[in-house]
Amino acid sequence: MTTLERFEQGDIRALSRIISYVENEEEGYLDLLSRLYRKPRHAVRIGLTGPPGAGKSTLVDGISRMLLQSGNDVSVVAVDPTSPFTGGALLGDRVRFKEETTGGKHYFRSMASRGSSGGLSRATDNASLVLDAFGFDYTLIETVGVGQVELDIVNNCDLVVVILVPESGDAVQTLKAGLTEIADVFVVNKSDRPGADRVVADLESMLALRNQLKTHPNAQKSQSIPVLDTDAVRGKNLDSLVEKFTNMIQDKKNSGEFDTRRREQMKRKVSEILQQRLFAETLQKIASKGEIDNVVERILAGEADPYSSAEKLFETVNLAQRPC
Amino acid sequence: MATEKKIRVLLAKPGLDGHDRGIKVIAAALRDAGMEVIYTGLRQTPETIVNAAIEEDVDGIGVSILSGAHMTLFPAILDQLKKNGVSDIVLFGGGIVPNEDKLALEKAGVKRVFTPGAPIADIIDFVRTSVKRNRSDEKLM
Repeated sequence: MTTLERFEQGDIRALSRIISYVENEEEGYLDLLSRLYRKPRHAVRIGLTGPPGAGKSTLVDGISRMLLQSGNDVSVVAVDPTSPFTGGALLGDRVRFKEETTGGKHYFRSMASRGSSGGLSRATDNASLVLDAFGFDYTLIETVGVGQVELDIVNNCDLVVVILVPESGDAVQTLKAGLTEIADVFVVNKSDRPGADRVVADLESMLALRNQLKTHPNAQKSQSIPVLDTDAVRGKNLDSLVEKFTNMIQDKKNSGEFDTRRREQMKRKVSEILQQRLFAETLQKIASKGEIDNVVERILAGEADPYSSAEKLFETVNLAQRPC
Repeated sequence: MATEKKIRVLLAKPGLDGHDRGIKVIAAALRDAGMEVIYTGLRQTPETIVNAAIEEDVDGIGVSILSGAHMTLFPAILDQLKKNGVSDIVLFGGGIVPNEDKLALEKAGVKRVFTPGAPIADIIDFVRTSVKRNRSDEKLM
């Protein structure tokens, strides 16, 4: 039996192999993806992001178990950073994973970021597709510990939970661009520590301001962004978190926002593939002529500049491509 | 366009044994050797270890046992591997293991047992050369 046939029969070992195929871009993976894209799918993707040590893995574990107990099949993809120096990675999100024996099917997969700098790995989206095609109801996607600008998660899931802690800073931090702009739900975790109330209040006031100002593209939406304080280790407020986002997903499906978001994500994905393809092809054409080295020498000698030189190189490819 | 195939290793502490300094040193060393190391933490059962190894699609499992229960835990993990049809996942480990036990375990199917004093370079070298699954008869679709 082939690995794909075993996958179709629900074999977890085959599922794991297929994720590796996709992750390593092994021979035949594009044909495989092409098959999987044509399968019926229904999984909802929830993204969880926030700074290192905020409690993302512990929250993912708590949320998984609540969803499992209500009979859902739940998969998790947890990303941790790859070293830019050695290519190695320590994937430690599984430490928080406790096996749940009641309810639906549970699957956990760790992934290394492998050179991507947006908080996920290049293969995260495709791995989520594999899990969806396998039949999971939910995929929870956990990013690496992020700063303020690793925002890829927003292009890879249906709803983003941004996790902060009582030490996350003052009101000015909540006004900064980036991470605070992508949340569909805010969570202030470790709320047993002092300062949690203040961070919750700062976030609420930032959202109220955004809503009143109406200058942000998400101004309208900010009204419905909940801010919750949780204590993931003790399970505090996890039930309201799960209730909130499952209701939000339902509302988004009813209003059409869910489909709009997926449509935009797919448009972006196709454009990115196209961009990579065009870029690689053009660069290869230019490089094959050996012109780049000559240009560099001229720039270093003070006879040219990088901008107009690149423009000229691009023109030569462009001219060559035109039909005679 | 395939990216380079990484070696993936799962590291775990089975049973009632809280001494995790050693396994963290190994985790850091294998990470620095360019591998993807999945660390699963303390007090794992043979079942959860093998289940994790399957989900993570690793090439090998490394366990650290300092509790003296190696003659129970290693064979239990081998059993689980066999039971789940994944005996091609390489099992290795380390700990305070007398030589006669080490030989018996290696005969039973543990690929290598490292004992105190084993140089880090030897462990990295072992994982690089010996922790590979045989997937020659696998057909994707």
